[in-house]
Amino acid sequence: MDVQQTPAIAVDRLVKRYKGVGAVDGISFKLAAGSVTGLLGGNGAGKTTTIAMIMGLVTPTSGAVRVLGAEMPRERYRVLHRMNFESPYVDMPMRLTVRQNLSVFSQLYAVPDIRERIASLSAQLDLTEFLDRPTGKLSAGQKTRVSLAKSLLNRPEVLLLDEPTASLDPDTADWVRTRLEQYQAENHATVLLASHNMNEVERMCERVIIMKKGRIEDDDTPAHLLARYGRENLEEVFLDVARGRRQSEAAQ
Amino acid sequence: MMRTDTGVDFSLNRVAAMVRRYWYLLRSSWPRILDLIYWPAVQMLMWGFLQVYISQNASFFARAGGVFIGSVLLWDILFRGQLGFSISFLEEMYARNLGNLMMSPLRPAEFLLALMIMSIVRLSIGMIPVSILAIIFFGFNLWALGLALAAFFANLILTSWAVGIFVAGLLLRNGLGAESMAWTIMFLFLPLTCVYYPVAVLPGWLQYVAWALPPTYVFEGMRALVIDHVFRADLMAQAFAFNIVLFAVASLAFFKLLQSARIHGSLLQTGE
Repeated sequence: MDVQQTPAIAVDRLVKRYKGVGAVDGISFKLAAGSVTGLLGGNGAGKTTTIAMIMGLVTPTSGAVRVLGAEMPRERYRVLHRMNFESPYVDMPMRLTVRQNLSVFSQLYAVPDIRERIASLSAQLDLTEFLDRPTGKLSAGQKTRVSLAKSLLNRPEVLLLDEPTASLDPDTADWVRTRLEQYQAENHATVLLASHNMNEVERMCERVIIMKKGRIEDDDTPAHLLARYGRENLEEVFLDVARGRRQSEAAQ
Repeated sequence: MMRTDTGVDFSLNRVAAMVRRYWYLLRSSWPRILDLIYWPAVQMLMWGFLQVYISQNASFFARAGGVFIGSVLLWDILFRGQLGFSISFLEEMYARNLGNLMMSPLRPAEFLLALMIMSIVRLSIGMIPVSILAIIFFGFNLWALGLALAAFFANLILTSWAVGIFVAGLLLRNGLGAESMAWTIMFLFLPLTCVYYPVAVLPGWLQYVAWALPPTYVFEGMRALVIDHVFRADLMAQAFAFNIVLFAVASLAFFKLLQSARIHGSLLQTGE
């Protein structure tokens, strides 16, 4: 896939300032269709703001974001039905049953054959036995799977995941990652994954963008990053970047 | 699908999805349903008995039977219409679901239409039993007003939606910090729109303010109907004209506040 010609997501000199304070400071990147990219960074690095601008929830101060060719947020309604997202910062209505929630969002996304889609997703995500239970009565892991089901309802071409396995136990987190990998492989979806879990990023992502104080500090494949920083794993690379150690220093 | 004047696809299917979402919520919670009936019933009974007492001691009120009950029922249409709109919107904030909706293909205009439909649903659940209680306790039949009631209702509900739309914009921009506006803003209309007394009671300068508010025409119209048995179509037409202006201004304010919320990142943080 030629990233230069047909990027699923194109971010160009993106800046976001809140009352003069910089949250994102002139970042640029392009994501090829069908790629899986990790967005790393400490708290306040600008990951969530970047994802919010890609989704069209936040208007950039300057610069441009294009998703599937549509300029965000101005042309967002051209592409929102082809995107979806999952984040621990939003919830599904708790009093509605899982089936009711998935049914409402299916209708919002104009999903054809809603019953069949909910049945098949529930089977894939092991949710069938919970379908008629109020969402608020589920465990954290089960709620995450419901949010994941919501994010896959419309078979999105672009999937934005903001810490999709936060607060999950290792077994459930691994299970969620496997389902995401399956979905991505079967649908050739473009995935942008913001995470603090370095193992997750190392396992799922073919490319890693590391942010710090609103800027991109590094952008490469996990293998190249490990080699350049002379580290065994991405966690060590992340700490090097977070603590301002340069690649040459880190390698020593 | 239809095209709106803003060039955006409008889908009644998405509006139906949102109405379904609120209906599921309402039917799953008996305290929510009880709340719709409880306070209007208490208000109606209190004002009704007060009117019975006064009418036994003053000849004017003996002639004008039903004015207080009529006022309280029409005030509840105005107040509960706005509250029904705003509470449905607040439910999304309480549920932390606004991000899911804003990221979905749901258009703001569809969202607002769903909230308007829900305000009528919630109002009906509350007002129909209360209007029947008014017949049983005081012999006041709101439904006997017929076509006049339709005109009163249309004008009051338009005002309530306009105020609800403006409050929704404030909530989007300021988060739950603006929640108290949703509960109290309509009380500003209570003295100014002359719900329980004629406009002539107000000082001269305040009468100009009162006549700039659409519900004032409705309450004056109701008194003309109940006391003098005259339906003032002219008042209803003026109320409608002011409502069109109010609705347009509120909608414009909503879209400006939504735009501002996107600039300030408020859609990400809808808490306090």
